[in-house]
Amino acid sequence: MNIIVSIKQVPDTTEVRIDPVTNTLVREGVPSIINPFDENAIECGLQLVEKHGGKVTVITMGPPQAQQALKDALAMGADEAILVSDRAFAGSDTLATSYTLAQTIKKLGEYDLIICGKQAFDGDTAQVGPGLAEHLGIPQVTYAIDIEVEGKKARVKRLLSDRFEVVETRLPCLITVVKQMNEPRHASLKNVMKARKKEIPTWTAADIEADESRCGLNGSPTNVVKVFAPQRHTQGERLEGDVNDVVERLVKILREKQVV
Amino acid sequence: MPIYIDADKCVGCKLCLSACPYGAIDMVEGKAVFNDNCTQCGACISSCKFGAIIAEITRKENVDTSQYKGVWVLAETHDGRLADVTLELVSEGRKLADELGVELAMVLAGWQVEPLAQIAAHYGADKVYLVEHETLEHYRTDPFTSVIAALINQYKPEIVLIGATVMGRDLASRIAARIGAGLTADCTGLAIDPETRLLMQTRPAFGGNVMATIVCRHARPQMATVRPRVMKKAEPDLSRTAEIIRSHVDLKEQAIAAKILEIIREEGRDELDVQEAEIIVSGGRGLRKAENFALIRELAEVLGAAVGASRATVDAGWIPAYHQVGQTGKTVQPKLYIACGISGAVQHLAGMGSSDCIVAINNDPDAPIFGVAHYGIVGDLFEVVPALTKALKKELGLE
Repeated sequence: MNIIVSIKQVPDTTEVRIDPVTNTLVREGVPSIINPFDENAIECGLQLVEKHGGKVTVITMGPPQAQQALKDALAMGADEAILVSDRAFAGSDTLATSYTLAQTIKKLGEYDLIICGKQAFDGDTAQVGPGLAEHLGIPQVTYAIDIEVEGKKARVKRLLSDRFEVVETRLPCLITVVKQMNEPRHASLKNVMKARKKEIPTWTAADIEADESRCGLNGSPTNVVKVFAPQRHTQGERLEGDVNDVVERLVKILREKQVV
Repeated sequence: MPIYIDADKCVGCKLCLSACPYGAIDMVEGKAVFNDNCTQCGACISSCKFGAIIAEITRKENVDTSQYKGVWVLAETHDGRLADVTLELVSEGRKLADELGVELAMVLAGWQVEPLAQIAAHYGADKVYLVEHETLEHYRTDPFTSVIAALINQYKPEIVLIGATVMGRDLASRIAARIGAGLTADCTGLAIDPETRLLMQTRPAFGGNVMATIVCRHARPQMATVRPRVMKKAEPDLSRTAEIIRSHVDLKEQAIAAKILEIIREEGRDELDVQEAEIIVSGGRGLRKAENFALIRELAEVLGAAVGASRATVDAGWIPAYHQVGQTGKTVQPKLYIACGISGAVQHLAGMGSSDCIVAINNDPDAPIFGVAHYGIVGDLFEVVPALTKALKKELGLE
């Protein structure tokens, strides 16, 4: 099987804050990681290749430093990695990103399956996977918790909010995976060494024959016009004293506020 | 480069520095200059009072936005009824449509769903675009995308809303990519800018640490998925009716890539879902072991509440993952959220921090959960929770 896993390098969101004085994003010193759901996507690809043979190619669109995410993916056991990086891609929203990744995959050639994490940790949109499938004109199956491949078909179990759904679809297709699908492996020493030596090509807009009016800011219908810190009141009331008194006061408050 | 700073116009006022989401503007010799962090997101452009930041937005096909009119809500149905989030969006869509002075329509695609059309009318829809076909009985990406994209191309709404659910996110992204629309995910606030008539779409990002407002200036329609339970359902007006516009489609089952083989309802999944519930009682690591979730369940039962859980308890295998609230679990916004023995990791807060009323019970007075709680009780949950259950039973006359 020829499997492509599309990943994203994201800031560790727990560390990202709005500076209360300047109202700007504080990203300094924030570590970058592979989007956690994408680790499940890589693991899914590796397991399928262990079972059916083939190879896993990991791609990402991002600035030059996103190469580290690809190194980490190679260290998990991926066979190939490609960085798609160009100033022309800066400011991409999900539509421009999915177009750019689609162009990348078209250049890669034949494939059986594309796997993505269900969404990225920083943006939480879950829009790039389906967008990518649309640009490639292949079926998508989102929120996959299990996948079995048989010949030119995939049987995918989806995790919905209140049920599971088992879907059969043809290959090639794109699936996005939830974290409950598997436990991503740690990098082995052997693969870490291999990853270190592995050449990671960087493809530019020209390399993937991208129409620059569909990339980056040009190709992005949506724009962020404002960022601000969420309003979280911090002046909560502490209820202190004897347990029964405290509980009675709380019940009274909840009744008065008509929440119970 | 599509955005640049005209150094002649820049007066060095530094207003753009605070507008930049990425710390990508430096002051060099009294002038603003982009550094390598710039993602060209365009957030700085409107901040400049001197017109010194210029975006060259060049589009091959500039959309004639004046052709697009009206607000649409895409319906989600479950087991023969409209999802709550659909009614919330019809209610919200009514307000947006009134502000714009345009019609509100709901798109209802399914099989034998016509009786649901007038329910949308009660919540404010003027029109219902109805598409019925056997292949649309259960939601599948392909046929729903085709049907709805076609309707959008034909009737050209300016705004299209759908719930940020499993279905809504799957469908909206596919439609947006097909028609080249702008799509904003998981919005928690919608408003119309009176000057530009643009939809201002506000949503959390970076795990809820940051809020962002997003607009779609040129492409149409402006599409958004909206988080369930954020918008308020209107009081239904049973005298209202909607015009039904039926579309005939010729879908072929064999042309649809995905076949649904099986739908599995998990044991225990008939429990109230955290995203559906008005009240949630959640348990965290402070419970110490799986059996102690009984305390949480007892309190939840008295309140008619759903049972929530922190990631730690799910990872420990104390409770199934569908109870998990937080960034990797479910995002909730109930009327009342009672957090018991949850310290409040930022990912958890991202999932419940916007609940209307938050009560925290924890023995650590410095736990971050108290930072978002409206009412905090520092104490042993093994004493406080049973006492609260008992007091509520008495108060609600359940003894």
